[in-house]
Amino acid sequence: MIDSSVFWVAGPYTVTLVFIAGMVWRYRYDRYGWTSRSSQIYESRLLRIASPMFHTGILLALLGHIGGLVIPAEVTSAVGISESLYHAVAVALGSFAGLLVVVGLIALIYRRRTNTRVFLVTTRMDKLMYVVLGTVTGLGVWNTLGVQLFGVGGYAGGYNYRETVSVWFRSIAWFQPRPELMVHAPLSFQLHIIAAMLLIAITPVTRLVHIFSVPVGYLSRPYLVYRSRDAATRPVQRGWEPTQTR
Amino acid sequence: MKVMAQVGMVMNLDKCIGCHTCSVTCKQTWTNRRGVEYVWFNNVETRPGVGYPRGYEDQEKWEGGWVRGRNGKLKLRSGGRLKKLSQIFSNPNLPGLDDYYEPWTYDYDTLISSPVIDTVPVARPKSLITGRDMKIQWSANWDDDLGGAPETAPKDPMLKGIEERVSFDYQNAFMFYLPRICEHCLNPSCVASCPSGAMYKRSEDGIVLVDQDACRGWRMCVSGCPYKKVYFNHRSGKAEKCTLCYPRLEVGQPTVCAETCVGRLRYLGLFLYDADRVLEAASVPNEQDLYKAQLDVLLDPHDADVIAQARRDGIPDDWLEAAQRSPVYRLAKDFRVALPLHPEYRTMPMVWYIPPLSPIVDALSRSGHDAEDAGNLFGAIDTLRIPAQYLANLMTAGDVTVINDVLARLAAMRSYMRDANLGNPFDDRIPDAVGMTGDEMREMYRLLAIAKYEERYVIPAAHKEVASRLDEEMPGCSVDFDAVPGGPETAFGGSRVTPVAIESFHLTKQRAEAQTHAQLQEGAPDA
Repeated sequence: MIDSSVFWVAGPYTVTLVFIAGMVWRYRYDRYGWTSRSSQIYESRLLRIASPMFHTGILLALLGHIGGLVIPAEVTSAVGISESLYHAVAVALGSFAGLLVVVGLIALIYRRRTNTRVFLVTTRMDKLMYVVLGTVTGLGVWNTLGVQLFGVGGYAGGYNYRETVSVWFRSIAWFQPRPELMVHAPLSFQLHIIAAMLLIAITPVTRLVHIFSVPVGYLSRPYLVYRSRDAATRPVQRGWEPTQTR
Repeated sequence: MKVMAQVGMVMNLDKCIGCHTCSVTCKQTWTNRRGVEYVWFNNVETRPGVGYPRGYEDQEKWEGGWVRGRNGKLKLRSGGRLKKLSQIFSNPNLPGLDDYYEPWTYDYDTLISSPVIDTVPVARPKSLITGRDMKIQWSANWDDDLGGAPETAPKDPMLKGIEERVSFDYQNAFMFYLPRICEHCLNPSCVASCPSGAMYKRSEDGIVLVDQDACRGWRMCVSGCPYKKVYFNHRSGKAEKCTLCYPRLEVGQPTVCAETCVGRLRYLGLFLYDADRVLEAASVPNEQDLYKAQLDVLLDPHDADVIAQARRDGIPDDWLEAAQRSPVYRLAKDFRVALPLHPEYRTMPMVWYIPPLSPIVDALSRSGHDAEDAGNLFGAIDTLRIPAQYLANLMTAGDVTVINDVLARLAAMRSYMRDANLGNPFDDRIPDAVGMTGDEMREMYRLLAIAKYEERYVIPAAHKEVASRLDEEMPGCSVDFDAVPGGPETAFGGSRVTPVAIESFHLTKQRAEAQTHAQLQEGAPDA
């Protein structure tokens, strides 16, 4: 049997490659399909509550993950944040974000399933994405509430992932992988990461690409946009290049 | 001064018979696709009426367009950039499908495939959204010809303040049709609302377009446009809108709606405007000054300074020449009979309307008066305040004096030309009374009554050296275009590639016959 540590090296790099290649492919060949595919025009009342709730939660969760995975424990302690304070804040923030995401996601899926108009435009890829996203979320909430808050699985006081998972995460980023750190992490953490990797891998072929279209440029650009007809015309298609002297 | 060119349209509402041909041909051309079944880039509304989508003019509800802030600066009515971004997950002002209508088709097949039964088979309406049976309850012109008006028309936002004076009895009702396309505004709030920067105004001709590859479906343009003329394609997840048929304009042809208008009520031509003064003009404090401010932004194409500056700003000479012959400039600025729709939205709309005189003429003739007598008409315009006030709410931010002036000019023309019709000498007191000369009046008459194709549509073709490649001239399938026998020949003798839109019925027929002929010849040696 292959040592599971192989997975904790090969997995993340494969997923990263698939993700980057997929995003480049999607951007080059399907910019027309690059959209949030909003269904608000079909149904607005439930969406108005659920969508901001879900998105706020997921953005909070993203911030929390950056804080937990990217920032080393030594840095937080150096600026005077004790381990117990960090843990308390992480669990509190994580639970709040998790609550928003779970309630929001359930409401959104309920809306998608019960509103005929919305359901009929739901693609197979949407359904797969919901399953994976739901799994990631569910395991994440379990890790926060079950493991970190209530110490299920013998982790009284919580599992200190910042000494294992976070270090592993950064070791992958620096190309000096330390898979052994993951092998002994709690199963629910391992599963959460595996599901997250799957989600990242399928992102290029789902509507999730809209995450990478956050329109921050709107804040600084002039209100009115002028564009020349020349810039808008399409480049010459293959086989239709005009004759040239050189 | 920065001179820019803008393709503008004028519609003469007196001539609109509400036949919806423009809507239908537009739909056939642009929106007969999945995802835009409910979309009418061109629609015709009966007014008074709620319009399409329902009550779109109620900006307290939809928050479209611009407002002037306390500091005198313009801001989007729905809020600034940060507020817009914060509402990106759910747009509070987005019309739902039911504010437009649920599109449908009929199950026509049952009419043919039904077995022999005692009753006549029925084609049931099927939703184009869900594919299921549906109850038809609303459409893009449900209140056509005031149908159901006693019930729905009081919800017309433009009747606010005069509702108790408007009656919808058959005998006393006044109505007219309002065809609407995208206004291709000088100060478009949809463009300003787009978080992705996917919407833009073309610098050559001012057409407002959506870059389909850059649109990310945030829907802010739909709610940002006070005319609700940007639509959300619910299948592609992208915004779509009237393109002013730019592929046709680029080769010098009028838009489909204009080309097919049976009343010949549409005029297309160029405006030259000072781009540096648009913002200032759109920011004047008093809403009722916006019409005048908008006129002031338009530049005189005969003015030597304007021409010199236009050349410096890269406007080609044939465009300048077209601007000088522009029927829309003549109607809007020289004769001042065309008015912008809802100047109070501060978007500087570039589709102008000649208000209908007919509600007043009708009322006059119903009361037994001579409806073509100038004195009677002038009197009626002043007395019949309801139509005037209503038109003012639509076109002059409520300023009745402007509407009355326009109607007076139209009435004067009617009266003045009647003399010509009856063989009487012209009475030059009539144009005098409305501040025009007899020559001007006759020219306006010609433009409004008998202008031919070339006079109604003065469209300079796009410049190839400026745009390397125009959509209508894209070689597509070779079978569609190549070497059409009898097709237009170029100066170099070769058969030119024919754009789709130029292909006339006769060309198509010729081609079909030629193909058959060629096939026959091909088959001959074998036979």
